[in-house]
Amino acid sequence: MAKNQLMEIRWHGRGGQGAVTSAELVAQAAISEGKYAQAFPSFGPERRGAPVLAFVRIDSQEPIRIRAEITEPDVVVVLDPGLLTIVNVAAGLKKGGMVIINTKKPFADIEAKLKTKCKLARVDATGIARETLGVPITNTTMVGALLKATEVVKLESLVEPLNHRFGRLAERNINARKRAYEETELKE
Amino acid sequence: MVKKVGMEVSVAIGEAVKLANADVIAAYPITPQTHIVEHLAELVADGELDAAYIPVESEHSAMSACLGSAAVGARTFTATAGQGLELMHEVLYVASAMRLPVVMAVANRALSSPLSVWGDHSDVMAVRDTGWIQLFTENGQEVVDNVFCAFRIAEDRRVLLPVMVHLDGFHLSHVIEPIVFPEQSVVDKFLPPNKYPLPLHPDKPVTMGDFAPPITYPEAKWAQEVNLRASKEIILQTWQEFGKAFGRHYSPVESYKTEDAKVLLLTMGSFSETAMTVIDKLRGEGRKVGLVRFRLWRPFPFEEFRQAVKDAETLIVVDRALSFGGPGGPVCSEVRSALYGEAKKPKVVSFVAGLGGRDITQAGFETIINKGIEISQKGSQNEFEIFGVRD
Repeated sequence: MAKNQLMEIRWHGRGGQGAVTSAELVAQAAISEGKYAQAFPSFGPERRGAPVLAFVRIDSQEPIRIRAEITEPDVVVVLDPGLLTIVNVAAGLKKGGMVIINTKKPFADIEAKLKTKCKLARVDATGIARETLGVPITNTTMVGALLKATEVVKLESLVEPLNHRFGRLAERNINARKRAYEETELKE
Repeated sequence: MVKKVGMEVSVAIGEAVKLANADVIAAYPITPQTHIVEHLAELVADGELDAAYIPVESEHSAMSACLGSAAVGARTFTATAGQGLELMHEVLYVASAMRLPVVMAVANRALSSPLSVWGDHSDVMAVRDTGWIQLFTENGQEVVDNVFCAFRIAEDRRVLLPVMVHLDGFHLSHVIEPIVFPEQSVVDKFLPPNKYPLPLHPDKPVTMGDFAPPITYPEAKWAQEVNLRASKEIILQTWQEFGKAFGRHYSPVESYKTEDAKVLLLTMGSFSETAMTVIDKLRGEGRKVGLVRFRLWRPFPFEEFRQAVKDAETLIVVDRALSFGGPGGPVCSEVRSALYGEAKKPKVVSFVAGLGGRDITQAGFETIINKGIEISQKGSQNEFEIFGVRD
């Protein structure tokens, strides 16, 4: 990430999968590193299972002043592979932007579904979450994938926010995030 | 340097109320204010804040409980939004008229119907004339800082009036951002214990808010008006003291890049920050534009406002509420009124935008500025323009 560059990340998930929590954790990690960051959900009532959005802005130099949803993200993170068929997750993606997806499918399949050329990253977050957390909740796992793909914050900066958020469940989430970091594959 | 923490603004307000050492919180949860009072309930239940938390059955009761609490001299806090603020309406007048220093955070929200939980300033404008001191904030740090200031202003013996601290619902209340918290000792020094001069006490009976026939009512109301106007001096002093102690400075009318600006945009609340980024962009293109914002909404800062806009040719006011069948934007209506008698004044253009939580994007503010200049040059406008609405 270039210095003083504003990075805008949009999360796509379903109500209950923890997209909002992911956004919060990343912003808190960035702030703990002395950066400026902002995280917020798509405002309004939440419905379990329905497509939801969450947003993160990070700037290493300047306070963030924009108070509007992110419509032209640098990075899109998709927590649920099923969303690809019902939401245009790459909508408004900046030139040179990246989509990071929780999926077992090969890159070619993702490209066919996205109908747009962009950098891609993939990881079987559902599989990792089932094995490390015992539940298919992929938010902390996908934070690991985001860090691998963008290095927007340091892996260790997440430890404190995860401990604070998850208490006794933190360790499992820390492991899930670490495994995703190791297993995420990138494609230019 | 004190470390910044990443925290949801609502939670940060709860932390600020804890640092302010509130004695009583009486509140009813309503979106988008809920996280504020939830966090306070948690702090009280966990023993981190030694206060009474009164979970009431409605906002009308919340404010009524606050009256009683403030009247016995307890430091009193509540929070609400939208319909909740409207349900409190009649009790708000009582709080100010009885000179009760309640502090209330309002997570500004649209009004029904149709049902909208999202933000705008319809709720604020409906309680404009309730006699409360009203402050607007633009980011989480400003809300936290102004919670401390609000208690000090409200409880100042020369003021003794309730204070609303406004923050945009969702656009501020639900955002995680960096916030600095002062040490407890610094807050304690800035905010002395509440010493309400005539507290209700069984041993020393006093009468509050009693019956007023025509022979006394106008005097009571005039006294209230004189008192609210006079509070401005104390508000200014408090912000000055705050600046000395905390290094962050507040004023009734805030200006951003207004030097030599021919065109000024006027906003209130968190959208002002988006507007600043647009001013930066246009300044970069060599255009002489600037931004002014009301931080103090009541008492209305006439002198500071006139001073801030006197050299501009065009003043474009963006309201986030609608005065139906009237002048459009309530803020613009007051702005026009404040400038009417001035010999030298800018042409005023009125926009209403961002209703019911709709974003005003950077592109949106740029369009508003360009369109405002065009209207000002043509020299004519209907009462107002609605911006960004489908026909």
